Order: sequence, then C-alpha cells, then structure tokens
Amino acid sequence: MCWYLLKRVVSSAVVLGSVSLATYALVLITPGDPAETILRERLNSQPSDQEVSQFRAEHGLEEPFHVQYANWLGNAVSGDLGQSYFHGRAVRELIAAHLPATIELAVAAMIVALVISVPAGIVSAVYRQTSLDYISQAGALFGVSVPNFWFGYLLIILVALPLNAIPTSGAGSAAHLVLPAVTLGTGLAAVITRLLRASLLETLEEPYVRTARSKGLYERVVVYRHALRSALIPVVTVIGLQFAYVLNGAVIVEAVFNRPGLGTLLVDAVFARDYPVVQGVVLVTAVLFVVTNFLVDLSYRYLDPRIDLEASA
Amino acid sequence: MNTLSDPGRFESIRRSNLLTALRNNPASLAGGIVIALVTLVAIAGPVLVGDPNAGALSNRLQPPSMAHPLGTDPLGRDVLSRLVYGARITLAMAVSITLIRLIIGFVVGLLAGLFGGLVDEVLMRVVDFLLAFPGIVLALVIAGILGPSLRNVLLALVVVGWGSYARVVRSSVLSVREEPFVDAAKLAGVSRIRLVWTHFVPNVAGPVVVLSTLDLGGVVLAAAGLSFLGLGAQPPTPEWGTMVADGSDYLRSAPWLVNVPGVAIAVVVLGFNLLGDGLRDSLDTDPTRVNR
Repeated sequence: MCWYLLKRVVSSAVVLGSVSLATYALVLITPGDPAETILRERLNSQPSDQEVSQFRAEHGLEEPFHVQYANWLGNAVSGDLGQSYFHGRAVRELIAAHLPATIELAVAAMIVALVISVPAGIVSAVYRQTSLDYISQAGALFGVSVPNFWFGYLLIILVALPLNAIPTSGAGSAAHLVLPAVTLGTGLAAVITRLLRASLLETLEEPYVRTARSKGLYERVVVYRHALRSALIPVVTVIGLQFAYVLNGAVIVEAVFNRPGLGTLLVDAVFARDYPVVQGVVLVTAVLFVVTNFLVDLSYRYLDPRIDLEASA
Repeated sequence: MNTLSDPGRFESIRRSNLLTALRNNPASLAGGIVIALVTLVAIAGPVLVGDPNAGALSNRLQPPSMAHPLGTDPLGRDVLSRLVYGARITLAMAVSITLIRLIIGFVVGLLAGLFGGLVDEVLMRVVDFLLAFPGIVLALVIAGILGPSLRNVLLALVVVGWGSYARVVRSSVLSVREEPFVDAAKLAGVSRIRLVWTHFVPNVAGPVVVLSTLDLGGVVLAAAGLSFLGLGAQPPTPEWGTMVADGSDYLRSAPWLVNVPGVAIAVVVLGFNLLGDGLRDSLDTDPTRVNR
C-alpha cells in the first residue's frame, strides 16, 4: 500500500508539473509580446515603451522563461498563485471566490444524474429488450446528443419564463441551482445510464450470478446483492472520470446561466488575456482532477476486494 | 469447406461487414441517412437558399413565415439560409478535426506499439495526461490564448483529442504482433515497412473506424460549444454554436433563434451517435473499452 501511495504521489506530481509547464509555455508561443498585447487591449491604443517595461517589471516578465516559471511554481507550491493582471486581486482570492459556485453545481448535477441514471440503468439491464429498456436507451441517446448550451436555454424557454419564479442567471440560492444542475445532470445521466446498463448486463452473465440463481435466491437478491455491486465498479470509475465532463460542462453551463463559477472566471480570463488567472484556474482544475482520480482508485478496493492496487499501479 | 484455399475470404468478410452492419441495424441506418441528408444540404446549400449575410434591419426578428420559414435574426438575416450555410462549417470542422486526430493517433499508436520500450512509455504518458484532463478546459485555454478563430478551435480540439486513437491503435498493434501470420511474414523476409502496411494497418483499421464515428458527435458538440463561448467563428460567419449564443438575448421574443441551431446540432450529433453505436455493435469491437 505504501509503495502504491508513493507511486501515485510521484505520478500526480508529474501530471501537475506538466500541466503547469504546458499552460505556462502556451503564453510564450502566443504571437507577439504578451505585455504589449495586454496593454494594447487595455488602453485601446499602442502602449509606450515605458508602459510596457513598467508592466513587465510589475509582473516579473523581464526574467527569462525558466526563472519566471520556477518562481511561479515555487510560489504556487506555497499557495501563492500571483496577482491578476486586471482585477488587482490575488489569483488565489479570485479562485476561492468562484470555486464554491462550481462545486455546488458539480455536486447538484451529480445528484440529478444519479437519481435518473441508477434506476434507468438497472431497469434497462434487468428488463432488457423490453419497451422499458428501449425507452431508457432512447432517452440516454438523446441525452448524449443534445448540446447542453441549447438545453439550458430550452429549459429557460419552457420552464423558467412561463413560471416566472425560477431565476435564470446568477448564483447564491438553491433556486439558482435548479436549472444549471438539471442541464448538466441530464447529460451526465445519459452517459452513466449507458454504462451501468452495459456493465450490469455483463455481470448478470457471470458464473457466480448463475450460481446465486441456481441456489434459488430471489431475482431481486441476485440483482441487488450479487450483481449490482460489481457492476458498480466501472460506474464509479466513470463517475470519477465524469468529473472531467462536469468541469467541461460547467464552463458552458455557467456561461448559459451567467453563474459566477470557475468556468466563467476562466472564460473571462482567457478573453482578457489575464494569464495568471488562466494558469491558476488550470492548475486548480488539475489538482481537483488528480485528487478525484485517486479517490476513485481507492474506492475500487472497497467495492471489489479482488482488485490489487499494487499490481495495477 | 476449406477456408485456406480461398485467400480472398478474409478481405471480403471485412468489406461486407461494414455494409451488413449498416443494413442489419436500423438505428445505424437511420443515423447514416441523417448524416447523408445533412451532407447533401450542406453541399447543395447555395442552390437551396439565399445569401446568409443579406438582411435589412426593417426585417428584423420576424417569426417564421412563408418568406422566411425559420424566421429572421436581430439583423434581419434569414435564419434558414444561415442554418444551411452553418451545416457546411459544422461538417467540415467535425470531419477535419476527427481525421487529423485519427492520423496523429494512428502514427503515435503505431510507433508506441511497434517500438515499445522508452518510446512507448513516453508517448503513453502523454496520452494518459490528455485522456485524464478535461478536454474542453484545455481546448478553451489553447484556443483562447492563440486568439478566437475557427482555425484555432480546430487546432485546440486536435491537440486535446488524439489520445484515444493512439491508445486503441497501440493495443491493436500489440495484439497483432502476437499473431502467427506476423512471424510467418517475417520469416518469409517481408520488409518492415511492407509488414506494417500489409499486416498491421488493415488489422487496426476496424476499431479506428468505429472510434472515429463515435468521436464525430462529440467533436461537433465541442466545436459548437467553443464557438458558443465566443472562441470560434467570428461574425458574420453563420456557425451554429455562435447562432445559439447570439440568439440568447431574445429567448422571450424570438425563441426560434436558439431553438433552430440547437435542434440542428442535436440532429447531427444524434446521427453520428446512431451510426457509431450501430457500427460498434455490429462489428463487435468496442474501442472505448480497451484495457488501460
């Protein structure tokens, strides 16, 4: 276990290092001098040489790339992600202010997704090739095909505008969360339903399930106690990996509902060329990601004691 | 029946598989028809509709009518014309992004699988990273920093998306490498390049075709999503994601402005997904479930 943990920590550090280096390097390959580009967009005219060099000095941009990166990385490790070029605030503060709205959205969307997909997936597999299965599969197919930015607006048009009671933009209350969570959650539900169905169908063919049936156990016991548990393993992986989907989706869903989350912060920072914020958000995303993946791996062991983490690491 | 006496047998099975796959699976047939129709509309576009950028402000925000079957937008432009021209952009982006991903993934997977060792290790770590990280977030950053344009969206989505192809190709190469016919060919003195072309490439093609069909729908969504955020097509280009974003100020007065391009994206993605699911089931290869 110890060896496994050590391996994981090292590989996580490598991932985080390469993410940060990649985002940092990206700024370098941008056409033109970043300081000049940013100032030109800010002032709406060509900045003077003095303004450019002052901006560079302020943000430590006159150092060579590797020094800049090393400084940034050193500070990042101790929790300091630098200053935003625009907001006049620390990147860490900005992220701390925007993160809760995204976490709320992610959790609420995941709940919506599980409430829909777990029953749908089980029914689909147990009653396979019946009309129930076809309905659930058709629903899932639509769920993965409909773009979430349009679905969000469709919910506003069909639900929020006629009812006139649900807020369609902003964040802060549970009511603000309803539409974004449903928008993001239904897409997620579709993916999980498909996966749970496939996985449960496979498990129901396993010899130990046949054994359980031939012992004369109730079908209910066979499905829920014997098959579902191992069918859940790939589902847990997907839920973990769907965290990526949630973050991808959050970027778009937050834009639809003007929700002040991490996605909105990133999109605005990208357009404003606020590189410290972009680098900070990407790093935080990567950290969230590495941590989720790690938790997913640990949960395998709990769900299926046959899995040997040492061997798979 | 002596199969060995009929050398054309394997080839013919492979070819007919694709066709029977389509014929025996009504869902994938439906998907194929949808995509064929959209392609037809995209190609015939200029014959069917007028200039997507022509419009008069006096004609703005008209609901659907005989003159404008899908209404007009805030600049008085015909939504149907814009939709039809948008189909060209959507299909061209989807196909080119998927194709370039496929080519890069193919080469990387082939190199990793054939050489093994350090090459394999390094390439697969890059792939792990790409597959692990949220693609849209990364693509958003790349496209945003390079500057908003369709070309940069294409570039960004290619960079973040070739990983799964590389992994599928690599694992197919590894399993083909163990086949007796590879040893036979080596013993017969077949050159390395010829070996790769005649034995590896054809055997890897099946899963890659399925994977790319499954990928197309996701690519359409991602490209439209990035354009929706403002990173892709710039005005006045009639791109579907941009059309949804532009229409979002008029949800109450002109809901068709978001619904028309929204439905169009959904239909194309549904078509690709039906086609991909059907091919996967009929050919019985699921490249998305390759062992890690």
